[in-house]
Amino acid sequence: MAERRYSKKHEWIEVNGNSATIGITLHATTQLGDIVFVELPKLQKVFEKDQAAAVVESVKAASDVYCPLSGEITDTNKNIVDDPSIINKDPESKGWFFKIKIKSQDELKQLMTKEEYISYSKENPN
Amino acid sequence: MDLSTKTKTTALRTPLYDFHKSLGARLINFAGYEMPVQYEGIIQEHIIVRKSAGIFDVSHMGQLFIKHPENDFSKLSTIIPINFDKLKLHQSKYSFLLNDDGGIVDDLIVTRIDEGLKIILNAACKYNDLTLIKNHLGYSFDIKLDENLSLIAIQGPKAVSILEKFVKGVSKLLFMHGNKFIYNDKKIYVTRSGYTGEDGFEISIDNIYLKNLVEEFVKKEKVKLIGLGARDSLRLEAGLCLYGHDLNAATTPVEANLSWAIPKSLRKNGGFNGDKIILNEIKNNPKRIRVGIAPEGKVIAREAVKIFSKDNAEIGIVTSGTFGPSVDGPISMGYVDFNNSKVGEKLLLKIRDNLVPAKVTKLPFYKKNYAKN
Repeated sequence: MAERRYSKKHEWIEVNGNSATIGITLHATTQLGDIVFVELPKLQKVFEKDQAAAVVESVKAASDVYCPLSGEITDTNKNIVDDPSIINKDPESKGWFFKIKIKSQDELKQLMTKEEYISYSKENPN
Repeated sequence: MDLSTKTKTTALRTPLYDFHKSLGARLINFAGYEMPVQYEGIIQEHIIVRKSAGIFDVSHMGQLFIKHPENDFSKLSTIIPINFDKLKLHQSKYSFLLNDDGGIVDDLIVTRIDEGLKIILNAACKYNDLTLIKNHLGYSFDIKLDENLSLIAIQGPKAVSILEKFVKGVSKLLFMHGNKFIYNDKKIYVTRSGYTGEDGFEISIDNIYLKNLVEEFVKKEKVKLIGLGARDSLRLEAGLCLYGHDLNAATTPVEANLSWAIPKSLRKNGGFNGDKIILNEIKNNPKRIRVGIAPEGKVIAREAVKIFSKDNAEIGIVTSGTFGPSVDGPISMGYVDFNNSKVGEKLLLKIRDNLVPAKVTKLPFYKKNYAKN
């Protein structure tokens, strides 16, 4: 059973053994509004924890999406590049951004559970 | 992701502040005012204005009134290059306030009214404009920035039929003309104008009656309020400048491609601030000029993106950029070297770490649908 974790930068992380799928939360998409452009990282690119890995643009502004765990990009979601509105419609499932091979399982401990994230996002709406 | 883009300061509010909040608007600080940036979504609001009609609260803008005993405003044409003696009663003109070097200190709409002149100014510039105009005109003029008045715009193809139901006679107004009207026994001033590229009206009304009028539109006609987000994408599609972004005190009207707003006689003979510089630029072309820019693909080139020629020389900068919902793609405006300004000229835009191909394109991006005079 895959488990979900959340970062302070409003990314969700679904962990499945050594692999993690990453996207942005419903809360983040609500704050951003209509997403019209996405830039995804190249396959095999290696990121350190909390390094900027992707870009989303709403009508109003561009924002970085960070890689919440250190690791190597193994897959990216081309569908959201062709139709960025998928991210608004289904941010926590079909709107996933990229998958990584996790470098250090220890880093998982620094991420929040769903309950922790819900109270965090209420206290830190931006 | 980083969602922290807003800063909290004590901000001014328009009389519709509570109404905006009740509609669920997201508020931002704009020119010192807490203003709605969006209600339901920028793209949705943008499309509503193009297809139907929407209301904008632009009460933060300055409404300046100038009176003179002999109605002689020729002195003003030194800083606002218009032939005021040829401005007919209730006629509006787009123009700008110029500094000594011909730089644009603000862009504005001036209308001749019974009492003299009425000038609509940008919110961020209005107090500075007032000082400049007062200092220039001196004591024989009565000059007042009326903060008891609000301003709303109703824009879109259905604006005329909706407004006519509440304010009889507005449908007869010509584009860029205004008049006095009566709404619920109260005097209002309406001009057929706006900043979206659509037909529409701007209504100047006493602060205390504003909410009632807007509520009537919303309740009886189901008209939606539109935020500053869609106002920005609408005006950019229409190729219109936003002061502080596409225009500033270091920009001349010729560089901004706005020479058309200076009457022929003044373009020929001068007689206004910075006339030597401006006339020379008209004759010999400016060094740089404002153009429309269409990036290849979907990436958005926003303000401050650097522009390079196809042989990698830096030739300019983007001053506005967004996603255009009605053109369904990214659109930008910016300044480039005059030699690289022809429509179709290939450019490169430095967006993050990439050089994105783009082309100089015709303005507007979206055909204006103003009422035909």
